[in-house]
Amino acid sequence: MQDQDTKSLWGDAFSRLVRDRWALISLIIVLAYSLIALLASFGVGVPDWKTSMGAEYLPPGGSLWLGTDLFGRDVFAKVIHGTKIAMSVGLVTSLIAIPIGVVIGALAGYFGGWIDDIISWFITTFSSIPNIMLLISITLILGKGLTSVYLALGMTGWVGLARLIRGEVMKHKEREYVQAAGAIGGGHLRKLFIHILPNVTHLVIINTSLQFQTAIKSEVILSYLGLGVQGEPSWGTMIDDARMELARGVWWQLAGATVAMFIVVLAFNILGDALRDALDPKLKGK
Amino acid sequence: MTNYIIRRLLYLIPVIFGVSFIIFILFNVVAGDPAPLLLGKHATAQQIHDLREQLGLNKPLFAQYMDVVRSSFTLDFGRSWATRQDIYDMIRQGAWPSLTLTIPAFAISTIVSVLLSLVVAFYRGKGIDLFIRFLCIAGMSISSVAYILFFQYFLAYKMGWFEISGYEPEFPQFLSYVALPGIIWIVLSLGPDVRFFRTVILDEIYQDYVRTARAKGLGEITVLLKHVLRNAMIPIITYVVIQIPFLILGALLLESFFSIPGLGGITLNALNSSDFPVIKAMAVLSSIAYILFSLLTDVLYTLADPRVKLK
Repeated sequence: MQDQDTKSLWGDAFSRLVRDRWALISLIIVLAYSLIALLASFGVGVPDWKTSMGAEYLPPGGSLWLGTDLFGRDVFAKVIHGTKIAMSVGLVTSLIAIPIGVVIGALAGYFGGWIDDIISWFITTFSSIPNIMLLISITLILGKGLTSVYLALGMTGWVGLARLIRGEVMKHKEREYVQAAGAIGGGHLRKLFIHILPNVTHLVIINTSLQFQTAIKSEVILSYLGLGVQGEPSWGTMIDDARMELARGVWWQLAGATVAMFIVVLAFNILGDALRDALDPKLKGK
Repeated sequence: MTNYIIRRLLYLIPVIFGVSFIIFILFNVVAGDPAPLLLGKHATAQQIHDLREQLGLNKPLFAQYMDVVRSSFTLDFGRSWATRQDIYDMIRQGAWPSLTLTIPAFAISTIVSVLLSLVVAFYRGKGIDLFIRFLCIAGMSISSVAYILFFQYFLAYKMGWFEISGYEPEFPQFLSYVALPGIIWIVLSLGPDVRFFRTVILDEIYQDYVRTARAKGLGEITVLLKHVLRNAMIPIITYVVIQIPFLILGALLLESFFSIPGLGGITLNALNSSDFPVIKAMAVLSSIAYILFSLLTDVLYTLADPRVKLK
């Protein structure tokens, strides 16, 4: 019985989501990018970015849709490889930040008292340091490269979600269904993780979409500062290359990376809004 | 209210402890030894030893942490490790270029966003609303780095309307240097700002008191400006004021790209050269500013809404 109810809730949200044409298109775009990223990680069916395809800075045309870079490498192939980097940054940082945010926020919201005091102090302390400063510090300290970018973004990205979950769990813990769960002998952990958390899952899903695009945008900034991916192309390093290229009239690396990023971040933005509308019951009917 | 303010000010103590702890863990424990980095490749073991002694890096970790805490509470950060300059002198020199860039840009972008979101709320659901909302989301989806590169190339290099980079501290001259980074700042802020303000305003627009105001015959513009905006003020104040402490640190990316010698650039250089005292000073000062400004938002609440009591 309970199982069926859960299904119909999520099913309802899903049907609402796909009924919205823009949300559906965004979902398809996100899935397509994920597929490309997956194919690129296995090196299947994607063009090769490593070898020189012709002279340096060939303008777009023919089989080289986006021309070539300084070393004659195919810019389109670099964009595809950048997709892999961007999506992996989104995925890995979400996998780090979201569990931290959920657990920390849930513990603070549920137990209150001194646990909440300590966690709130930690959250305030963390948010009082400018985010970009923390990001750059962590990446520099762990050494330039993709792993550091994952860790830096993962370790700074949980704060907003933790605050959100804390507030929501606080509201839920006084509700009757939680009292009922306690009355039939459910302990704290059971009440928190089995009963309350499923009711705040929608926040986690909405936040994941936000986390993904923030991570993709931040990777570009870190790579641009020379702290990110080393030795392979990412959208950030391509935009960084464009600094020197624009004055020579070479615009295709900047355009390729910017447009590729624009499309997927836009899709995540629209999807995030649509998810909020579909999943947040407070907004129903508005 | 006095009690509340005192309590919030006392909260500075644990936060400063926390910030100095995070910075200490990052730079003294996780990071490598800064001495070889500061001395360069050709340093001898003796030089490294002497420098470590001089910077207090040979003390036990706990003693080092106590040094960090002491300097954070006394706000005596000493001198930069990299340039040997007094840190407050560096901040004094960097503050003006940073603030000439961030304050006008922040003020203009906030005013424009509030006005724009009122327009959008006025035409809610109509073509203009959809169009501006789409522009906001689209604008937010472009990398800030791409904006900087493109604007600098097109408006400064190609069209020659602005200086490409650099800075002069005298009054009318600095305008030509901060104009372009300021415009980029405004373009970057408009998207998220308008989206947030629009949501806040629309949250109010369906309330009963708005219906009452319309029912007694007030025009839609009067309703928006005198009733809705006033009630939407609390979230708007929070959103705006809490950004101010981070203005002080300057616009890190914009400053480094346009070679503006501000605090953002100083911070970036310090991070790149493991200049621990400068990083510590920036982190501690910005977190103090953060706490003070969040206290300020609470006090402003009571002005915006007399029902709010701070306890």
